[in-house]
Amino acid sequence: MSFESEISPSAGSAGQPHFDRERVGDFQPGDMATQLEQGLGRENLVGLPEEGESQLSPGVEPEARTQWQLFFRRFLRHRLAVASLFVLIIMIVLCFGASWIAPYPKNAQDLLALPKPPSGAHWFGTDDLGRDEFTETLYAGQISLKIGIAVALLSTLIGTVFGAVAGYFRGWTDQLVMRITDLFLVVPQLVVLAIAIKRFGQSDTMIALVLAALFWMYVARVVRGQVLSVREKEFVEAARASGASAPRIITRHILPNIIGPIMVNATLAVAGAIIAESTLSFLGFGVQPPSTSWGNMLSNAEGAVGTPKAYLLYFPGLMIFITVLAVNFLGDGLRDAFDPQSHE
Amino acid sequence: MSIDESGSPPSGAYVEVDPTRGSPPKGERRPKTAADFDAADDRNVPVLQVRDLSVEFKTDDGRLLAVQNVSYTLHERETLGIVGESGSGKTVGSMAVLGLLPKTAQVTGEVLFRGRNLLAMSEKERQTIRGRRIAMVFQDALAALNPVFKVGDQIAEAINVHSNVKIATDDERVVDLLNLVGIPNPKDRANQYPHEFSGGMRQRAMIAMSIANDPDVIIADEPTTALDVTIQAQVLEVFERIQDRTKSAILLITHDLGVVAGVTDRIMVMYAGRQVETGTVDDVFYQPSHPYAQGLLASLPRLDRRRDGERLYRIKGQPPSLIFLPPGCAFNPRCPTAEVGRCDVTRPDLVEVSPDHLSACHFAADLYEGTKAATT
Amino acid sequence: MASFLIRRLLYSIIVLFVVSFFAFAAVRATFNPLAKLAASKDVEVKQRESERLGLNRPMVVQYGDFMGKFVQGNWGQSESTHEAVSAMIQRSMVATLQLIIPGVILSIVAAIGLGVYSAVKQYSAGDYFLTAFSFVGIALPPFWFGLIAIEFLAVQPKSWFGLQQTPLYFVGLHSGDGAGVNWDYFRHLILPVLTLTVQIIAGWSRFQRASMLDVLSADYVRTAKAKGVPRKQVIFKHAFRNALVPMVTVMALDIGALFGGLVITESIFSIPGMGRMFLNALQNGDAPVLAVWVIVTAGFVLLFNLFADLTYGLLDPRVRLA
Repeated sequence: MSFESEISPSAGSAGQPHFDRERVGDFQPGDMATQLEQGLGRENLVGLPEEGESQLSPGVEPEARTQWQLFFRRFLRHRLAVASLFVLIIMIVLCFGASWIAPYPKNAQDLLALPKPPSGAHWFGTDDLGRDEFTETLYAGQISLKIGIAVALLSTLIGTVFGAVAGYFRGWTDQLVMRITDLFLVVPQLVVLAIAIKRFGQSDTMIALVLAALFWMYVARVVRGQVLSVREKEFVEAARASGASAPRIITRHILPNIIGPIMVNATLAVAGAIIAESTLSFLGFGVQPPSTSWGNMLSNAEGAVGTPKAYLLYFPGLMIFITVLAVNFLGDGLRDAFDPQSHE
Repeated sequence: MSIDESGSPPSGAYVEVDPTRGSPPKGERRPKTAADFDAADDRNVPVLQVRDLSVEFKTDDGRLLAVQNVSYTLHERETLGIVGESGSGKTVGSMAVLGLLPKTAQVTGEVLFRGRNLLAMSEKERQTIRGRRIAMVFQDALAALNPVFKVGDQIAEAINVHSNVKIATDDERVVDLLNLVGIPNPKDRANQYPHEFSGGMRQRAMIAMSIANDPDVIIADEPTTALDVTIQAQVLEVFERIQDRTKSAILLITHDLGVVAGVTDRIMVMYAGRQVETGTVDDVFYQPSHPYAQGLLASLPRLDRRRDGERLYRIKGQPPSLIFLPPGCAFNPRCPTAEVGRCDVTRPDLVEVSPDHLSACHFAADLYEGTKAATT
Repeated sequence: MASFLIRRLLYSIIVLFVVSFFAFAAVRATFNPLAKLAASKDVEVKQRESERLGLNRPMVVQYGDFMGKFVQGNWGQSESTHEAVSAMIQRSMVATLQLIIPGVILSIVAAIGLGVYSAVKQYSAGDYFLTAFSFVGIALPPFWFGLIAIEFLAVQPKSWFGLQQTPLYFVGLHSGDGAGVNWDYFRHLILPVLTLTVQIIAGWSRFQRASMLDVLSADYVRTAKAKGVPRKQVIFKHAFRNALVPMVTVMALDIGALFGGLVITESIFSIPGMGRMFLNALQNGDAPVLAVWVIVTAGFVLLFNLFADLTYGLLDPRVRLA
């Protein structure tokens, strides 16, 4: 074998490629390869790793982890989010277990126990009718939480369907969905809700439905955006090329890949729904007696500002605040766990 | 001590250098005109000396050793190619030179620019060097240029930041630079935004920005990787042209052996953060003395020497994780000439197999002999 | 870009018309103008009123009639007070603006300052504190914050310090018959503006921080550093300028939404602005007022949406010269 060692002349600077691939060694790949494969005749060779074998010497193998395991690990690292999860669990247990936990029965009026500030017997005090505020707060939590979670679930479901359809099919379905959501997002939220509730009634269920009917639009927009970006990926093309039908592609390929943002959004929607419901109730367009929610209680307490009864304000509001805060931390932790690239 | 305008270190701070180390081969490169070589001993003057550079990051899984004990010398008007795959540490190493790594990076070793250790300087001092004495050209010019400012603005900024006299966006000097890198209608172009340029032009604009202050060293990090092949050739040609004029030394980082072959004088091959072979282009291409370098060269497809039915050679396996490095030699698990008990225990030192030709392999000398034998 | 803006303008006008139709129809469907006469047993009166108001005609025709008058400036009369709706809106808008303007200015300055600081000094104590603050601000129900603020910043201090009056006022914009910009006015303004801005600042500063962080890790910032640009200049000239683009858009959109969103604040602090007007109309079932109110607020939202598009184009040459 001979190797040429000539130098190619410069091609000048007249725009011709200056470097010359000829110079990339005049090796016969085969020659070198044979040499290498024969190991230059050395003994005591380390065996070359076979296909599929790890190339690392034993003992330095990093653990294999599934995607969900990675997700949990990242999530658990957010102490705040984990703590919030506990707080929420406690909140849910307290409120929904009110029948067992509350010291007094619901709505038990004790006309002798006039409005009293918090004391040993009544942790949160009593209201005008002598009802124990702690009890009332717990029971009211049931409604607030129920509505919040229901709205989040329902709106996520509807929003995901519409958003996925709009994002995947584009064309006029997309335009339609976008224009409708545009319309509703232009009018102030509160207004739409208030008018709708006036029209359709103020039962708990109706309130949840009306809220969901507004919230789905936000979800749809987010989902649409996600679907738009995922549908361009190669694995979707591959699925389409192998003949998968549209619903199958959406459910089996696209949705599982955007489950992260959807979950995060759903969590944050709970917070939004709780605040929306309490605001509506505060203004009088929400939950009506005999149903009580936290917003409701605050509405009743509005007049208490500046009076000795002001304590009536603290606790329901505090409950809302704590719940929403915990949900937000949770949502943030989830977002980071799904996508560590985000800088929050 | 401070660096004066001319850039030469104050007397007494000059670091002793072995003149036989790293001198470019004479007469074997693509020829330049004699005028370029009138100060023949220029090329013995080292401009950048990297000694035992290591970069470490802390991760949740352990210490990530991005760069380990890399040493090289860059001389005036020399072009040194740093070759390696993604993750070999070549980019991190070059960013460490300019101090551009995030605070989470732990950098040890010495980087001597004309005798002064860049790593030991204050940030303010480094700022005076960046863009003025040592400049950098990045890979993706679209992302590397600020989208909301005009191109001329950004080039002018490179000058203004280091000068008391501020020039305007379409100042003569800016237009001149754009012209030098081969951008047509430079005056109009200076007033345009990066997204209005084509890919190749953007890269040229970045090069123009880097030479604005006639730097001593230009670090080009994969300048051609994001470009089409034909544009690549043009951009490399721009580098040659400017080097003729500015007499800068160039550190060219790439994974493309073809680029390296045509444009550089010397190359350093990196693997898993370590330096595995250093030498002139001829040395490494014709007498590769490290199994990894040999493997790289053997796996190059050649159109002119094809034997039917022959498969392309490839190096089996994957590069190791920089957190879980194998003991001993990093290439050991994939090496066809590795020896149990030696290669998996002791990390090989750099061995000089021929003048200024180093290889980090226990069997470097043997491998070198092997290549010479093949030549005869 | 001009063509883009014109298209957006036309689109906004169309949306406004569609919204106005739905508002009109929804209000008509919800609030029966004859409700007041429901108690009356006189069928003829109802019939006459019905004809007078043209309630028997198809909805579209009623709408057309309404819009015809609307674009000419006749916005109808309130059913409860018989005052011209246009006058009511003008008056209410003046009051609402007195909250919005200081609130927005304060919010912009605070949010940008806090956001940039938080991003530049990431992971510092200041950053954590501000992040905590923004989380708290977002989680606080605005109406609750308002009430608590009244309680602890006005009422309680009076008894703590034995003052004659509360240090800050919480009813209306002026005491008694007072008017003009004076100390009394400020004492009225502080609490409602505070209530209003806490949530806004919390949201904006978080966004600004995220935007800045995104930009600070961009390649062009690295290039600027590699050129030797001093740190301050890198942050303010290169990073901030780019981070501003999405921020301004978000701000413009949120400000537009403010015009219809002060319902709670105005309700708690008894300020006779647009929000209060809406609440009263809703409670009274005052259909004409409601319909016009919705149209006007939607109009502001759309206006600011357009403004957001405009500023985006101005700030980002990639959009401008596309």
